[in-house]
Amino acid sequence: MTEAHHEEHHDKLPFWRHYIFSTDHKIIGMQYGLTALVFLFFGFCLMLLMRWQLAYPGKPLPIAFLTNWLGESRMPGGVMAPEFYNQLGAMHGTIMVFLGVVPLAVGAFGNYLVPLQVGAQDMAFPKLNMSSYWVYFIGGVVMLGSFFVPGGSAQSGWTSYPPLSVITPQSHSLFTGQSLWLIGMVFLITSSLLGSVNTITTIIQLRAKGLTWMRLPFFVWAQLVTGFLLLLAFPALEAAGVMQLMDRMANTSFFLPSGLVVGGKALNVSGGGSALLWQHLFWFLAHPEVYVLILPAMGIVAEVIANNTRKPLWGYKSLVYSVIFLGFMSFVVWAHHMFLTGMGTAINAFFQTTTMIISIPSIVILTALILSLWGGSIRFNVPMLFALAFLPMFGIGGLTGLPLGLASADIHLHDTYYVIGHFHYVVAPGTLFALFAGIYYWFPKVSGKQMNDFLGKLHFWGSLVFMNGIFMPMFIVGMAGVSRRPKRPLPEQGHVAFGVGPGGHSALLHRELLLEPFRRTEGCQRQSMGGHDPRMGHPDSAATWEFPECSGSVPWPLRVQRTR
Amino acid sequence: MSTAIEIPYNSTERPDTGLYNAKLGIWLFLASEVMLFGALFSTYVLLRTGAETWEHGAEFLNVPLATINTLVLIISSVTMVMSWASLKMKNLARYKFFMGLTILCGVGFLVIKSFEYAHKFETGLWPSTSTFMAIYFTMTGLHGLHVIGGMIVNSYLWGPGSKMWKTDPERFTNRIEVAGLYWHFVDLVWIFLFPVLYLLPGK
Repeated sequence: MTEAHHEEHHDKLPFWRHYIFSTDHKIIGMQYGLTALVFLFFGFCLMLLMRWQLAYPGKPLPIAFLTNWLGESRMPGGVMAPEFYNQLGAMHGTIMVFLGVVPLAVGAFGNYLVPLQVGAQDMAFPKLNMSSYWVYFIGGVVMLGSFFVPGGSAQSGWTSYPPLSVITPQSHSLFTGQSLWLIGMVFLITSSLLGSVNTITTIIQLRAKGLTWMRLPFFVWAQLVTGFLLLLAFPALEAAGVMQLMDRMANTSFFLPSGLVVGGKALNVSGGGSALLWQHLFWFLAHPEVYVLILPAMGIVAEVIANNTRKPLWGYKSLVYSVIFLGFMSFVVWAHHMFLTGMGTAINAFFQTTTMIISIPSIVILTALILSLWGGSIRFNVPMLFALAFLPMFGIGGLTGLPLGLASADIHLHDTYYVIGHFHYVVAPGTLFALFAGIYYWFPKVSGKQMNDFLGKLHFWGSLVFMNGIFMPMFIVGMAGVSRRPKRPLPEQGHVAFGVGPGGHSALLHRELLLEPFRRTEGCQRQSMGGHDPRMGHPDSAATWEFPECSGSVPWPLRVQRTR
Repeated sequence: MSTAIEIPYNSTERPDTGLYNAKLGIWLFLASEVMLFGALFSTYVLLRTGAETWEHGAEFLNVPLATINTLVLIISSVTMVMSWASLKMKNLARYKFFMGLTILCGVGFLVIKSFEYAHKFETGLWPSTSTFMAIYFTMTGLHGLHVIGGMIVNSYLWGPGSKMWKTDPERFTNRIEVAGLYWHFVDLVWIFLFPVLYLLPGK
């Protein structure tokens, strides 16, 4: 068990074993966190480019070095090519969901906190944990690399619907954007699957003695259900991805119906496939996926609220039963994304019913979190501000989902900006706020240093105002009929002033989120504060176990030994 | 002060669950594999029910060879259990014998499979020929990849991995049990694949 000859008597691991290929869940958690934040920023930049096109369609981008770097194929004469807009759209969604939010919510927060909160020394399978991170990293590299192949990246939406995704571009080469997207997804799915095995096993097997199920922090319950969602839903997309790859590279027709004509020529394939097959398989994953996006966030908000009200959560039991019920229900609602595909009224009615039912546990959870404020002695520090704002923001997101879940209303709203407004409300001022709350809440514990309070408040208020500024108008233009994917509203949908308002909000949000890294630097430059800062997440008020552990000074490195 | 940490229930069972960690881990992984092959079986159902005509597999797939393959896999599952039982009875040589047989069965399966595939290609039956052939090659191909993966693990456990018997026999035995669970699953998938692809009538 001893290291090679360069070991000192303190068991010091070499740098690359300590920081790069670590099996320590805290380091892996931070690796996930930093990588995810980089991807979130990149996805944000993609969105800014899109909004330029929407605000000033047909005008050249006035940033010379950017248009030069992007090149003539993407920005001919500085004006955005339609294919490039589609690439931005598809990759913005993919990167934000699969490379940003999930790795941050599950990989970073989950890995760091779950072992601590169940009283374990590490995850159940530390080496598997490390492999999961690196597989995610490779998947990210593949996804980013897909921008640089001939034809550009995937450009058929993050949903990759065939036949468009199969024939765009028509090439058997692996090195096309869509095919690389599929390969990248295989890596990301593998990473998530292995990670969820780890999380679930850790929670079930490594709970400390006396930590019974109904004593677990709600955050742990949320991560447990999330783990099952990832475990059981992702394989459907993996199978679908393999089949789409075969359609693209081996000329199969899983998703290509007979008689398909492209560009005036009939496709030389066997036909007999079904485009709906892809949709079913995709949404079988992608619906549980959205609960993967929200559940860890709810878990974080619960922790932050309990801590900053100085009292236990209201309705712990209802929270737990609701999150379990939500997990089950999330598997039987997927076709509410397919109401307009002609499945028939019977199937539509079924999925409409299950979708209405699934709103109930969400409401119970939100209500319990709100009621947890009652009678509390509320401390309005930065994490609490984000957690409090989560509540109405997620409320708006969830409520605007109801018309979408009703098949008849969805006829009008499907594929409009209303949908974009809905899901961005849940994810941006919803999940992201919760994740920000978590970062501010646990940063002192992780690093032993304080974050800058003023910048934190600036971050909060700026985000709150600008995110609402960006996404609220989308409900209005969506109800007016503006379609979601094309690079400008279709002529019959009228002229919409996307202009300065929402665009300006984005730019301001951008500048404001840039403060994030500076904030961290600021935090690191301060002295370690061993004492209690009443403005920050407070060890004294925490009823969960990650706090009594040594903060920012856990003996490193941790090497794993197995007991009997 | 030691900086090494200890993970409990790595080889001993946790009292309330009755499981050691890797056993729960492999069962969870197998649940995801059920969903993976389940998605493919669902694809078969959707494509078949949506098609006006559907091929009768037995007309151009090699049923006798596939039947032999079925027996080969079932036997390999038996030998896999025997190899684990040998370790439980503290007999390393017997373990090596039975694990070797398991690996040989796997090789046999793959050899027969490659004959089948080669014959298909020679007679002009490719995944692109029809949706039936597409789903046939995808399902059996993915299954075949799982067989290869299992064989790599089994070969490691037969060869270099067996060193662990000397240092930690219980943990090694558990590894074989876990590998055995995976191998049984691979066998079980084939038990479903064979009738669906080879035996079901067409329409």
